[in-house]
Amino acid sequence: MKKEKDYVGDIAAIRSMMERTSKFLSLSGWAGIMAGIYALMGAYVAYVYFAFDPDEVTQVPSDEGIVLPKLIALAVAVLVLAIGTAIFLSYKKADKRGERIWNTTSRRLLINMSVPLVAGGILIFVLISKGLIGLVAPFTLVFYGLALYNAGNFTYAEVRMLGLMEIVLGLVGLCFIGYGLLCWAIGFGVLHIIYGIYIHYRYER
Amino acid sequence: MKISLASLHKAFESRIRLGIMSALAVNDTLDFNSLKDFLDVTDGNLASHIKALEKEAFIGVSKSFVNRKPNTKYFITTAGKKAFNDHLKTLEQLIKSQKP
Repeated sequence: MKKEKDYVGDIAAIRSMMERTSKFLSLSGWAGIMAGIYALMGAYVAYVYFAFDPDEVTQVPSDEGIVLPKLIALAVAVLVLAIGTAIFLSYKKADKRGERIWNTTSRRLLINMSVPLVAGGILIFVLISKGLIGLVAPFTLVFYGLALYNAGNFTYAEVRMLGLMEIVLGLVGLCFIGYGLLCWAIGFGVLHIIYGIYIHYRYER
Repeated sequence: MKISLASLHKAFESRIRLGIMSALAVNDTLDFNSLKDFLDVTDGNLASHIKALEKEAFIGVSKSFVNRKPNTKYFITTAGKKAFNDHLKTLEQLIKSQKP
């Protein structure tokens, strides 16, 4: 007959297997921190150099024709940097855990995030094309929050909480358009950094 | 407390079989390669354990073709789910009863 230790080991093995096969846990806390820093830098550049701080829904920077493409380029650069860093750091973390970064769980995570993100991305292009610049920052927060809320089922449960906070910030930004950029900086910058530090200390040490 | 050791199913004595059942308990279906990655075992090893579980009718197989390549997916059967849950319960009881 088996000894007690074996039974405990069996249960531990079952638990770890259930978790490993249903959740992608190679997301790196550092990726959150870095994404937050990029976002803060991006918001600073937009505010100081491009004077981007719409007070009203339809307000656009005075020399719109030149600044708008630059703003979009800035936003895309921040996005690419953040995603690139996240992939790189997750790849390293997965490697350390003896996992592959592209497996059933990561695929499921991405598919579930991509629906709200793609819908939000298209909506934002429509908003820009119609000149509703003041709505862009709040709407990115809302849709990103929805994606994270969805993703919470397939990775750390804390991601769900982060998603809810992003949604609330986005809705606040919609009510007070003048604070849209500030809410964006808090949501994408400060919250990411806090979340990253939390994940790092809770799971990575 | 008397605990029936009969509900500790022989099929679950191996850690790998226990792992297969755990993975399939929380996923609708998994293909062979995903299982192999999660369990970190060789093809032959995994295949023989899968065959044993299939023989007990604890897991089922669905075969289809994706881009003309065979794609085999495994899922847990109702009987398998019940046996696995009973096994878990018994394990928990055993641990409890052995604590002073």
